[in-house]
Amino acid sequence: MENTEVKKSSINKGHGLWMFRKMVQIRKFEDSVHDIFARGDIPGFVHLYAGEEAVAVGICAHLTDQDFITSTHRGHGHCIAKECDLKGMMAEIYGKATGLCKGKGGSMHIADFEKGMLGANGIVGGGPPLACGSALTAKVKGTDQVTACFFGDGGNNQGTFHEGLNLAAIWKLPVVFVAENNGYAEATPFHYASSCTNIADRAQSYNIPGVIVDGKDVVAVYQVAREAVERARRGEGPTLIECKTYRNYGHFEGDAQTYKTEAETKEHLAEKDAIQRIKQYLTEEGIATNEDLETIEQEVEQEVQDAIQFAEESPFPAEDQLLTDVYVSYPTDGGVA
Amino acid sequence: MTQKLSFADAIREALDLKMSQDSDVILMGEDVAGGAEVDHLQDDEAWGGVLGVTKGLVKKYGRNRVLDTPISESALIGSAVSAASTGLRPVAELMFNDFMGVCFDQLLNQGAKFRYMFGGKVKTPVTIRTTHGAGFRAAAQHSQSLYSMFTFVPGLKVVVPSTPADAKGLLIAAIEDDDPVIFSEDKTLYNIKGEVPEGEYKIPLGKADIKRSGSDLTIVGIGKQVHTALKAADELAKRGIEAEVVDPRSLSPLDSTTILESVEKTSRLVVVDESNPRCNVATDIAAMVADQGFDFLDAPIKRVTAPHTPVPFSPTLEDLYLPSSEKIIAAVEEMVGETLTTA
Repeated sequence: MENTEVKKSSINKGHGLWMFRKMVQIRKFEDSVHDIFARGDIPGFVHLYAGEEAVAVGICAHLTDQDFITSTHRGHGHCIAKECDLKGMMAEIYGKATGLCKGKGGSMHIADFEKGMLGANGIVGGGPPLACGSALTAKVKGTDQVTACFFGDGGNNQGTFHEGLNLAAIWKLPVVFVAENNGYAEATPFHYASSCTNIADRAQSYNIPGVIVDGKDVVAVYQVAREAVERARRGEGPTLIECKTYRNYGHFEGDAQTYKTEAETKEHLAEKDAIQRIKQYLTEEGIATNEDLETIEQEVEQEVQDAIQFAEESPFPAEDQLLTDVYVSYPTDGGVA
Repeated sequence: MTQKLSFADAIREALDLKMSQDSDVILMGEDVAGGAEVDHLQDDEAWGGVLGVTKGLVKKYGRNRVLDTPISESALIGSAVSAASTGLRPVAELMFNDFMGVCFDQLLNQGAKFRYMFGGKVKTPVTIRTTHGAGFRAAAQHSQSLYSMFTFVPGLKVVVPSTPADAKGLLIAAIEDDDPVIFSEDKTLYNIKGEVPEGEYKIPLGKADIKRSGSDLTIVGIGKQVHTALKAADELAKRGIEAEVVDPRSLSPLDSTTILESVEKTSRLVVVDESNPRCNVATDIAAMVADQGFDFLDAPIKRVTAPHTPVPFSPTLEDLYLPSSEKIIAAVEEMVGETLTTA
C-alpha cells in the first residue's frame, strides 16, 4: 500500500508554484497567528496547521471551487488550500465583523461555501457524515463534484468515521477521505488510541482503496490525491488516504507539548520540513529558480501582513448581530422567540 | 375539496406532493423503502417505512430518491443536513426520536448551527421526520417525547401535528422551509382519520390553531395531547365549564400571541404535554404566560405532563405515565376550586 513510486516529473509549473505559494501562505499565516495569540490579541483558542501544509495543499491541488471539503478544528490550512480569502480568515479569527463568518464562527468554524469550503469543525469526527451529504448532493444531481473529507488520527476512532466510510462505500459516493495522522490526538499518541497499525488499514473493512503516503511530501500527496480524486469523479467511490504528518505546534496554542520527544521534533521541523522539501524539488527539477520562490515568499509575507492589518483595523460586530442569522425566517410575535 | 385520510396517509400525501413538484426533495432513512438490492423484490419496497408511512414512494420515485440507509443514524442525519446545505431538500426519517441519542451531534452541533456559525451565508433546508410518544407498549427506548429537547436548540424548528389535515399542511410547509425542521409524529396517531384538503395545502409554521372555543379556561395541548384535552373539555362542558383548546402545532417558532389572547379571554391555563416535566414545553409555555400574561390570570397555571421517569413497559404503568383526561380534569378542579365559589 505504501506509495513509493512517485512520478515527480509530472507536476507542471503552474501546479508546482501554486502549491508552493499555498504552503508558504499556510506556514506564514499560522506562524503569525501563533505570535499574535501569544501576545493576547486573539480571543478563545486556536489549533495551528503549521507542519501539515503538504496534506491540504496536495489534495486541494486537484479540486475546483465547485468541489467540496469538510474540515476539522485544525482548519486554517484547509481553508487556505481551498482558496479562502486570507483577510476574511484573519478577521474571523480576531472575531471581527469583516470575517468570513461575520465574526460569529471564529477559528474553529471558518467556512466559505462559495469556495466549496463547508466549514472547519469543532467536533472531532464531525466531518465524515457531512462529507457524505455533499457527495450525495453531487450524486443525486448528477454532477462530477468531489468532496475531500479531512480528519485526524483522533477522528479515526469516532463512530462517525466508520459510519461515513461505510455509507460512502455502499453508495459509491465521490469522497476522498484524508486522514491527517500527526501522531497525536490532543496529548494521546496514535499507537495508544488506535487498534490499527495504520489508519489506511481500516479501508479494507469497507472494501475501498487505502493508501499511505508521506504527508510531509507534497509531491507524494499530490500524486495519490490525483488518483483518488479521479476515481471519485468517475463515480467509482471513495478512497481513504492516510497522510503521515506532524504538527509543528501543540494541540492548541499554550499546549506545553510535554508528550513530544526532542528527536521527533527535530526530525519533523528540520529534516522533513515540507516547505524545504518542495523548494528543493522545484529548484532541482528546474520548475522554478530560488529567485522565483523568494519572490513568492515576499509576496506572501506581504499578504499575511495585509491580512493582519485588515483584521486589526476592522470593527467588532454590531450589537444587533447577536440575534441575526439564527434562521432564514422565524416569525416572532413578541413572545418566546 | 377534502378527503378522509389517516394521519399516516396525510403524511404520505405531503411527501408525494413535494417529491412530484421538486426533484431536490429526496427521502432517506432506515427501511423507508426496505429490501434494497433484494433481487426478487425487483426494486419494490419491503416495508415502506417501519410503520408503513412511506409506502409506495420508492415505486413512484425510484431508489435514487428514496434512499434506504444502513442503521447508521449519524451518517443518516449528517448526510441529510449537509446535502441540504449543498443544494438538496432532503426529508430524513429518524425511525424513533429516541435514536437521536446516537446522532444528535449532527443536528445539535452541525446542522442547527451552520447558519449562525457561518455568518448567515448558508441555508439548511432539511426536514427530519421522527416519531415520539408512549402508549405503544414499546418501553423506555422507543416511547419518549423529546420534542422539548429539540425546541431548546436555537437554529431548529420543531413541529408537532395533531390531526391528519395539520400533518399534511405542516409537513408541506416544513419541507418548503429553508431552515432545519424536526417534524415529530406521535406514532399512536397514525391510524386516526380526518378530513384533509386535497392538493396543495400549507399551514405556516408558528401559527397555533384553536381546536375548540371556550370562555372559562384555556387548555394548551401538544400533539396527541390535543385529543386528550378535547376529551377533557367534553367532560368539563357537562359540568358547565367551557374550555378552549389551543394547539400550538409548532413549538419553535411558538405562536405565543394566540395562547396569550386565549388566556386573556379565559383567565386560566392548563398545559398538557407528554414530555418529561423538567425544562419541557409545558414549563416553557407556563413561564411565557406567567411573564407576559400574569395580569390575565385568576389562578395558578397547571401543567399536566409525564412524570420525571423513563417510560415504563408494563401496560398498567404506561397508562399511569401518560397524561389523561382525568388528570386534566383533576387539575382543573383544583384550579377552579381555588378561585371560583361555584363550579
